[in-house]
Amino acid sequence: MAAISINNITKMYGGESPVKALQNINFEVNHGELFGLIGPDGAGKTSLFRILATLLLPDKGSASIENLDVVNHYREIRNILSYMPGKFSLYQDLTIKENLEFFAGLFGTTLDANYEFIKDIYVQIEPFKNRRAGQLSGGMKQKLALCCSLIHKPSILLLDEPTTGVDPVSRKEFWEMLRTLRNQNITTLVSTPYMDEANMCDRIALIQNGQIMSINTPSGILDQFPYRLFAIKSNNNYHLLQKLKDNSEIRSCYIFGEYLHITFQDNRPIEIHGTEMMEIKPGIEDCFIELMDNGSNNN
Amino acid sequence: MRTLKFLLQKEFLQIFRDKTMLRIILMMPLIQLLIFPWAATFEQRNISLSVIDNDKSTLSKQLIEKAISSGYFKLTDYSDSYEEAMISIEQNTADLILEIPRNFENDLIKEQSSGLMLSVNAINGQKASLGSNYISQIITDFNRDIISSTGQSSSLTNNIEVSTYFRYNPEMNYRIFMVPAILVLLITIIGGMLSALNIVREKEKGTMEQINVTPIGKATFILSKLIPFWIIGYVMLTIGLIASWLMYGLIPAGNILIIYFFSFFYLLAFSGIGLIISNYSETQQQAMLIAFFFMLIFVLLSGMLTPISSMPQWAQMLTLINPIRYFIEVIRLIFIKGSGLFDILPQLFATIGFAIVCNIWAILSYKKTN
Repeated sequence: MAAISINNITKMYGGESPVKALQNINFEVNHGELFGLIGPDGAGKTSLFRILATLLLPDKGSASIENLDVVNHYREIRNILSYMPGKFSLYQDLTIKENLEFFAGLFGTTLDANYEFIKDIYVQIEPFKNRRAGQLSGGMKQKLALCCSLIHKPSILLLDEPTTGVDPVSRKEFWEMLRTLRNQNITTLVSTPYMDEANMCDRIALIQNGQIMSINTPSGILDQFPYRLFAIKSNNNYHLLQKLKDNSEIRSCYIFGEYLHITFQDNRPIEIHGTEMMEIKPGIEDCFIELMDNGSNNN
Repeated sequence: MRTLKFLLQKEFLQIFRDKTMLRIILMMPLIQLLIFPWAATFEQRNISLSVIDNDKSTLSKQLIEKAISSGYFKLTDYSDSYEEAMISIEQNTADLILEIPRNFENDLIKEQSSGLMLSVNAINGQKASLGSNYISQIITDFNRDIISSTGQSSSLTNNIEVSTYFRYNPEMNYRIFMVPAILVLLITIIGGMLSALNIVREKEKGTMEQINVTPIGKATFILSKLIPFWIIGYVMLTIGLIASWLMYGLIPAGNILIIYFFSFFYLLAFSGIGLIISNYSETQQQAMLIAFFFMLIFVLLSGMLTPISSMPQWAQMLTLINPIRYFIEVIRLIFIKGSGLFDILPQLFATIGFAIVCNIWAILSYKKTN
């Protein structure tokens, strides 16, 4: 049985002209899995998290966590689940230690009792344990938030954009911590707008406009990319982009840093004058854009 | 229960850490008590008087002397004509013009009657009515003195003398009237406003969401928010009682424990109102404005500053749903009249009613999920 299972969840906002935040979402997360929900801002990630965290009621569909329905059994779920919202939401006027002891107390445990469990992460911030949470750096705040989330040994961890606004080094450290949590048999559902973080997950779901576009392992998603992909650059990329967009031989064309990524109609590459071009392997972002385009073409 | 302990511990940690808040809690009662009774005085002193003495006789001088020595008036100028005196009214240097006619003394002695003219600047209504009252009283007094000193036979004047005795407050000390009411105001601010702000702060900072995903029940959470403010309310009340004794020498005539007993239900009612406000607002700013709006109406309709019986009928009806009204009545009864528990039962039941209704409403409108 899956640790998290989501069946046909739909959520709408607004009265007169409702916005569909989530449309028929279906997927399952297995025990001990690190599952990534990848999508841009406004894709519906936070709505889905809030439904799973028993903070928001779905309009249609059902979801269960460890076989407990999120609507009917929210009390039991709150004992085994941990939700870390995207916005830092610990007490900024309490110290690291006080925050930890407070949240431990709410779950009927103590910091000492579960020290071993969070030790790997806690040791990194322990030297500052008497500093107030509001005075910590972004990366340290996230580590503290993760500690507070883990203090009651949850079996399910929901992390909503934990690395947004965190510097690249801290982001990397944070993901390494999540990888080690897998060994403690915690099921983690994490969302991120950063495509490059997808590779750290066991499986990912790509979400856009409230719909799941694809669910697979990161390499599986990459393998599904249906075209040959080329990187191309000239000394005036903007000019080149305009030119390529008008070219009917070109299927798609996007700016990726200093290169443009292009695919060709019928996978037949053509020579483009005055440029430097090479075939490359697609990344998650290429797959995402491809799926997004397909979706809009189908509509 | 165990989780409640952790929640309370956290609340007090936060309250004691917030130095500004702590200072406000300690200083507010003292400063309010120090300033408010002097500002909200019902006595009018230093009314500026402009005199037109057309008679310039011994008697007219005596009258002026009497007015000034009463302490209510200060003489700003002598004018020669009414027009001249009007200028000082227009320039706002005089509040009242007293015109003494020519032959005032003669008429008074020979014909036993004379007229005086009084013109009052009525822009400040309270000052105008109090000023004219005072001066009329002084003139009446003066009149009586004349009658007795000139040896007019007492059979000519109707000698009914009215002497007023102010029960419970013989010196008509308005401070004993205002100070207890200020104590009520302080408890109201703590119970209603601070508790509302405290809960909304959790919402605004997002910590509420973090609390919501924990297994603690909403009753426990709400209790953890209210208990600290009940305690602070009591601390403030105690500071206030001590301060009013030290500053004004006021000691309640009745049993002080009844005040504490009544305060409990009052705090319960007002923290319920605070909770309702917090449930309907998303930011501290919203909560502040809503609380301020209601406070102002509640205070104006409480009988604290103006007597309820002088309000129009509809306003009197409104005061019935105003919890502040009941506590102000009760605290004045206990402070000034020395009433016992039995005398304040109607107000007590009304307040308990408010506490029940407000808290049920608060719990129903508090949602953990939406």
